Amino acid sequence: MEMILELEIPASPEYIAIARLVVSSIVSSRRNLPDDRIDDLKLAVSEACTNAIEAYGPNLAEDGAGERVRILVQDDDEKLEVDVADSGPGFDPDDLPTHPPVTDPERLNFERGLGIPLIRTLVDDVQFVSSPGGTSVRMTVYGEPLELHPPEEFEPEGFGPGDFGPEGTDVEGSG
Amino acid sequence: MDLGLAVDDSHPPYTVLAVKGEVDVYTAPRLREKLVELVSQGKHQIIVDLEGVDFLDSTGLGVLVGGLKRLRSHDGDLGLVCTQQRILKVFEITGLTKVFAIHDSVEAAAAR
Repeated sequence: MEMILELEIPASPEYIAIARLVVSSIVSSRRNLPDDRIDDLKLAVSEACTNAIEAYGPNLAEDGAGERVRILVQDDDEKLEVDVADSGPGFDPDDLPTHPPVTDPERLNFERGLGIPLIRTLVDDVQFVSSPGGTSVRMTVYGEPLELHPPEEFEPEGFGPGDFGPEGTDVEGSG
Repeated sequence: MDLGLAVDDSHPPYTVLAVKGEVDVYTAPRLREKLVELVSQGKHQIIVDLEGVDFLDSTGLGVLVGGLKRLRSHDGDLGLVCTQQRILKVFEITGLTKVFAIHDSVEAAAAR
């Protein structure tokens, strides 16, 4: 796996937009993924960052001062992984409250708790590693990397080395 | 990051709230405040127009669910306008397409 991005943001909601934009931009430049898959990953990263910030609890300073959310992006030939990690108190991913069915009027009493189900649907694989020292959400998207060609040396056709004046002359500003 | 919130009363009895920008945990509280404000003004038939929304996360969904609950408690309703696939997908995954009436246009939503 090659590390392609290491990003650390203050644990404050205003920075999440930047994080999801940076991750989605770098992924779309590296991987051969359709736009809707990039959108899915962007939303999943955003949800993971939201949860990471909330993991610090209500006593967090408004600007997230002192606490951080760490985002790592790595890839290889077959997959790309995004890790979103916090140093909050951790949670049990298998012990999340369940919502009433959407057809039940009681469903309207639940405004929260949609983030993790969304993440699970939006990416190909997700692992939650949580301990009292923090939580890491590892999201995997399979798919090929983009074929990256190094830029070829610029060789304009039809011009020889002498066409821009004697060698060693500074052409700019001469005419 | 700005969240556009424009109120349009030209489709009585409906009040149209056109949302523009990205709705996430940072901006969603402004959407919540606006919905609460409209309800407190006695506007109980609200259409939230999401056509100008580029990004909507679970926090935004939660605010809309809370708005619907608030309006239902006043015998009102909250309808949505959305045709963008990437936004509709979030409602579909969470099953909330069964909770909200989602329309193709403000006119269609106001013609109920």
